[in-house]
Formats: sequence, C-alpha cells, structure tokens
Amino acid sequence: MLIDAGRPIDVHATIAGDRVWLSVETVKRALGWELKPEGLCRGDVCVPLRAGSAVVGADGIDLAGIAASLQRPLALDLAERAAYLGVAAPERGAALATLEAPDFALLDLHGRLHSLSEHRGKKVLLVAYASW
Amino acid sequence: MVITVALDRSPEDARPWIEAARPGHPALIDSAHMLADLYNMVNVPTVLWIDERGRIVRPNDVAFGDDTFRRLTGLDAARRLDALREWVRGGVRPFTDEQIRALQVRPSAADQEARAEFGLGEWLYRQGRQQAAERHFVRAGELAPHDFTIRRGTMRMRGLDPMGPEFREMLREWTQAGRPYYRPLPDAAGQDRPGG
Repeated sequence: MLIDAGRPIDVHATIAGDRVWLSVETVKRALGWELKPEGLCRGDVCVPLRAGSAVVGADGIDLAGIAASLQRPLALDLAERAAYLGVAAPERGAALATLEAPDFALLDLHGRLHSLSEHRGKKVLLVAYASW
Repeated sequence: MVITVALDRSPEDARPWIEAARPGHPALIDSAHMLADLYNMVNVPTVLWIDERGRIVRPNDVAFGDDTFRRLTGLDAARRLDALREWVRGGVRPFTDEQIRALQVRPSAADQEARAEFGLGEWLYRQGRQQAAERHFVRAGELAPHDFTIRRGTMRMRGLDPMGPEFREMLREWTQAGRPYYRPLPDAAGQDRPGG
C-alpha cells in the first residue's frame, strides 16, 4: 500500500532487499509522474532523477529514489508492505510564506464535510485543540 | 466565524468535548493530523486568524479562551481576546505581512519526515497493526522531539495515558533542558509572564 500524502493507493511493488521497485506504469498511474529522458515529469514540470540510473532498474523505479528526486519524505515498512510519501518541507514552507491559508476539508461528528474555503468572505478564527 | 479542529485519535475521543460545548460553529475532527501538516502545528492549542480573503493575518500562536491553565502556561487570555476583538470589530491587524513571515516557523525536512512516519503509523493503526504502528510513532517522535501533536497525540494509540506518568516524564525531561512546551508569539503589547 502506498499512501500519497494521506491518500492510500493499492499498488503492485517488487521488494528486493531493502529496496521497493514500482513499475513505470504504476508510478504514472499512482503518482502522476512519467519517466522521461529528463527524469520524472508531470505536466510541464520535470525533475532529474537523484543518483541517475541506479534509481531505474529492470523492475521499474526505486521508491526511495522517487522520494529523494521529488524531495519528499518517505516512511517505509517492508514487513507490512506499506509506505507513506509525505509532503516536502520546502513546498509546505513556500505555501505558508504566501500567507494564503492552506485549504482543508474535514468531517464533523455528523459526518458532514466542511472546508475552510467555504467561509471565504468571513473572518475565521481557526482553533486546533485535542482531548489529550 | 470560529472553526475548531480536534487533533484526536478518533471522533469518539473528541465527542464528549464537542457535545458539552454544543458549538454553533463547525467542530471538525482530524485524526490524520492533516491540519498539523498543512500549518506546521506542533502542539495544541494552536490558533490562527484568517481574513475574509483567506489570508493569514496572525500565524500559529498558543491561545486559551480563559486563564484555567495560566499558571502552567504564563499566558494572559484577556490580552489575546482584546486583540481579537480589535481585529474582528475594528479591522486592526496585529502584524504586517513581513512581520507574519518573520514569525512563521516553517517545517524542516526532519519535521516532514516525522509527519510521514506518523502518517504511516496512523494508517497501520487503522488496519489493526498496532505493533507495526508503534515503530513509526517512536521514529516520528525521535525525528521531531518538539512535535507534541506526535509525541503526546499518539499516546492513546500506543496504549499510553496522555495525562499520565509517561507524559509527565516527557514534559519534565523536555522543560528541564530549558525547552518550552508552549511557544507563544512574542506579545508586542507586553510580555506574558509564567505564573503571572
């Protein structure tokens, strides 16, 4: 199971030693990144593959290599066959520096979805708390 | 408009608090800590002010609605509420954009690695894989020891009491090294004093 910033995606992977290989098709379908001579590409954006050809093998692309190339944090559990691809620190930092409040959508106790953006036009006091 | 978000293990953990408050505003639950990731929140309570255009006018701060925890936190609730009223009624912004950017704490690579470990642990926990989840919660806490949404916020999932001896020991060890448990914004109108 590959969890892409909170979104679980069932993918086929080949595990060899401590490396996880995803086929080129899987990477495109699950993450939207296409393998091209320039590196990994999505839309107009291409990022070079970190460590060059060692990231690409007979079984596809190395997941840790994908994460490193995209500068995204990767948490891996080989025994559970599960991985979490997080959001890059520079991406989060840049978004905060724009001062645009990042939008979110979360459920209330009644299962109703609320987003921040639906309250545009009002001042919002956003309070994060917990029972702990 | 108030929006509250509970960074809790489950809706059931937050339910008694929400039902007791009977809020007229959206009271949301965020078990995956999506909000903490988006806004780089590392403890609760964390409060932000967002204007009519969806822009942050006051970044992450610690604020309580009253002085129940004042002896613990040194924070003066009234001062923050006055500033909030001035903004809501009078449109008085507490900071310029440049000041806000200077006050914002942006996440480090280790913070985001910790959130990925938390995300994997939380997912494994939901699958009933507590033992596997434990490894990732521990790793997340090592990567971001200042992130109490992780270190304290995972305690219930780990079978620990977030008000109990494990938490008190964590807090003692943290604060004895001279590190603050709460990190409020500097207050231009006068300094908050611990115990004040």
